[in-house]
Formats: sequence, structure tokens, C-alpha cells
Amino acid sequence: MKKGEEIEFIKDGKRLDGRTFDELRNIKIEVGVLERADGSCYLELGDNKVIAAVYGPREMHPRHAQDAKMAVIKFRYNMAPFSVDDRKRPGPDRRSVEISKVSREAFEPVIMREYYPKAAIEVYVEILQSDAGTRTAGINAASVALADAGIPMKDLVSSIAVGKVGGEVVLDLNAVEDNYGEADMPIAMIARKNTITALQMDGRLTKDEFGRGLKLAMNACHQIYELQRTALIERYNKRESVKFEEREA
Amino acid sequence: MGLEIMDDVRKDSVRNRISEGYREGDRDFREYREISIEKDVAMKAEGSARVKIGNTDVLVGVKLDLGEPFSDSPAVGVIITNAELVPLASPEFESGPPNEKSIQLARVVDRGIRGSETVDLEKLCIVEGEKVWIMFIDIHVLDNGGNLVDAAALGAIAALQNARVPNERYDLTGDDTLSVRDTPLAVTMVEIEGNILVDPDCNEENAATSKLTVISNADGSLSGLQKSGSDSMTEETILEMVEIGIEKAGEIREKFLKTPS
Repeated sequence: MKKGEEIEFIKDGKRLDGRTFDELRNIKIEVGVLERADGSCYLELGDNKVIAAVYGPREMHPRHAQDAKMAVIKFRYNMAPFSVDDRKRPGPDRRSVEISKVSREAFEPVIMREYYPKAAIEVYVEILQSDAGTRTAGINAASVALADAGIPMKDLVSSIAVGKVGGEVVLDLNAVEDNYGEADMPIAMIARKNTITALQMDGRLTKDEFGRGLKLAMNACHQIYELQRTALIERYNKRESVKFEEREA
Repeated sequence: MGLEIMDDVRKDSVRNRISEGYREGDRDFREYREISIEKDVAMKAEGSARVKIGNTDVLVGVKLDLGEPFSDSPAVGVIITNAELVPLASPEFESGPPNEKSIQLARVVDRGIRGSETVDLEKLCIVEGEKVWIMFIDIHVLDNGGNLVDAAALGAIAALQNARVPNERYDLTGDDTLSVRDTPLAVTMVEIEGNILVDPDCNEENAATSKLTVISNADGSLSGLQKSGSDSMTEETILEMVEIGIEKAGEIREKFLKTPS
């Protein structure tokens, strides 16, 4: 598809991939997928595939970056070179530095950092396959991985993007919608508290569209929260029942 | 260590005063510090502006170079926005490669300009697929008195408005005017003790736990948002901030930037 070529984003009230305006892509969450990490999560959001690992709390290096009052959160969002159409040069670029900052700040309100002065809680997100919305997928996975690592948190953080394509405000843009759409707005929130921990927007939206988009995204975060919660419960139910059977035997 | 204690004392005193309804310099919560813009301050740049908001002092220069377009967009020019937080501007700034603060600053300003489609990128194309103008918007912070984003965004649009295309330098003929179609402006707000404060100075920035930058255009539409900071915000606060941001941007636009006809 070339620029300037008209794409019909909306047809009979449905989007290119057949979704309605307020429909999420398929989400799959697996908890505890890595051996060495203290906590981990594999997550699919449509064609996005991401994996998150958590290490810590452990000693913060370098020492001068320690905080005497609370743990420091390190968050690294990283794209695999083969995760996008044009190979991404390995290592942090400006985009991933910004995403890492925004993602870290999305978790600062919920992680009980004051329990671990001078420590580091490290979150590593690797994007294995990218199809728009990787930062939100990364935050969702990181949230579950933090819980899996047993990091004390006030709540899970859930994240999703809304955007504008073909003149309509729609939920959870896929890559085509993101590349050729008019606006993209990722948010993260504490679902049970209904407060926003991350918000970005690029493109162009009217004030009204912004308000509607925010509502749409907040509603979807509640759905994602349930999926995250269910994935965690399933994982630990399984673990408990295995232990129980072992004891019985 | 001593400095850290001072930091806490200062944060507490800012929060206390705000909760009593008082702001440094008797400023209203919704009031900007004094703004001044000086255009065309760097002779060698294609366009430039120096913006002061209170003690904050930012210089923005626009340079155009010839280069190759990106393969996925062969018929448009390129904008590259960069920010340097040089150590002369603040005791907290260190020399070295760009850090997350300077990257965020540059990317938020860039987002506003891109989202509003201020610069007609198609006009920056010379030979499709071969030769285009690469436009560098360089933000040079001279004094950090807080709220760098708003000063940088205002400086960027002011610099663009007086920028010329340097055809002659590259033996090209053509129109030297750079078409600047919109005036995206950033308005940054913080929440302290339940109050929304526009244009935070650096003590207020340190005392606040969350911050929202709202970038809006001449028609009142939004072309960029960025929340930062370690606290969460309610939907109501965000909606109110967006409202205030659009209104404040309108006032600054009216006073300092003529809308391009």
C-alpha cells in the first residue's frame, strides 16, 4: 500500500480485520514461562508477541543510582531485530528509550517501592513480533510478570491503545490501522481504582474524540484486567494442586 | 545527602503553600510566568527563536540539509527533532549522550509538529526517491527554570515561522518560503495537593508527582499528549487539563503567533 492510496478502513460498521469499533484483538496470557527470571509472562495481543521478565528486588547497580528511601524500577523495552518488517538495529533507540520511561512510570504508582530501599526491581520486555500496540502489550505482560515475581503491588496495571481510523475512534489498532490512521493513543490504568498511569497521543483528535477514546480505552482495560487476573489465578491454582497431589502421594 | 534533605524541605514547602492557595511570585494557578519570544537570533540557522518563560530560557534553531528520503516515504522530506540538556542549564544536567529526559522532550515537541501536519513535508521533496530536505529542529536549553516542553514547543513553531529554505546555498532554484500551516502549542500542567497548576517552575515540577502536556492546534484539536511522573491521574483531572490546555494555548497563540493565513 502506498501513501495517498485510499484505504477503506471501515466497511459496514466493521474494520479491516472484521472487528467492531470497540473490539479487542485476541489476547493470550501465559504466566511463569521462564526458568531463571523471578517472574515472567508471555503475551499475545493479536499478532503481537511479547515476553516479560522480572528480576528482583535485588541490589541496585550502580550504587550512586540507589534511592535510600525506596526501590528503583528499571524498565527496558526492547524490540528483537526480526520483530518488524525492516530489520531493527539492535539496542536502544530514541523510541524505545521513551517507551521504557513511560512504561516505568506506568508502574511507579502501584509497586510498593518503599518496602525495598536501595534495591532495584528490574523489568525486561522483549518484543518478539510486532503488529502495533507493542508498548501496551509489554505493559500488560510486565504487570503479570511482576505479580508472578511476587513483587508487592497495590494492583495490576492494564494497558491498551485507542486511535482514529477512517474518521472513527476505534479500540486497539492493528499495524495497518496504526500506519495509515489519523491518531494513536496508548493508555495504562489501574483498573480497580479507575486512574490513569500512562497516557500518550500522537496524530490529531478533537477534544470530543479524545474524551470518547479515553472512555473506550478505560473500558477495555477492565476487560484486560480480568484476563490478567484469570491467567494468574489459573497458574497458581495449578501449582497448588500439583503440590497437594504430591503431598497426598 | 545534604542536598537530598534540602530537596525534601523544598518539596514540602511548595506543597504546603499550594494547599494554602499561594503560589511563588503571587501567581495564579492557571497563570503562565512572563513569556517573551525573540525571533531570528541565530544568523547561520534557517530559522530560530529564543523563548523565555520566567527563568526558563530555550533557544531553538532550524537547519535544512539535503539528504535522501526514507525508503517507505520517498516523496516527502524528513523532520528530525533533537534536544540537548547542556550542563550549563542546570545543576541536574550532565554532559554525555542524550538521556530519557532529553529524548522525551524532543519527541513530545516532534509529536506536536508532526501530528498537526504544520510543515508540508511534500514541499520538502526535491527529487522523489532521491533528494529531499532534511529539516533539523534543534532545541538548546540554556536555563532550566521548569517547564521546558512548553518553551521548546513555542520556540520550535516560532523558529519554523521565520525559517527559509536555503535553496541558494545548494545551487537550487525555487521558493524559499517554508509553508507553516498550523501552530501546535504545548501546555504543561501538574497536580499538587489536588490543584491543577499551569506552567510549573522547577520547584513545582519536583514537588509534583504527575504531569500532563497537552498539545493543541489553532482549530482547538489535539495533536499530542504526554503524561509523565510517578503518580496516577483520574479521568476527570485529565479531561479538565485538556480543557485548560486548549484554552491556554489559544491565549499564547493570540498573543505571540500570528496564525498563518
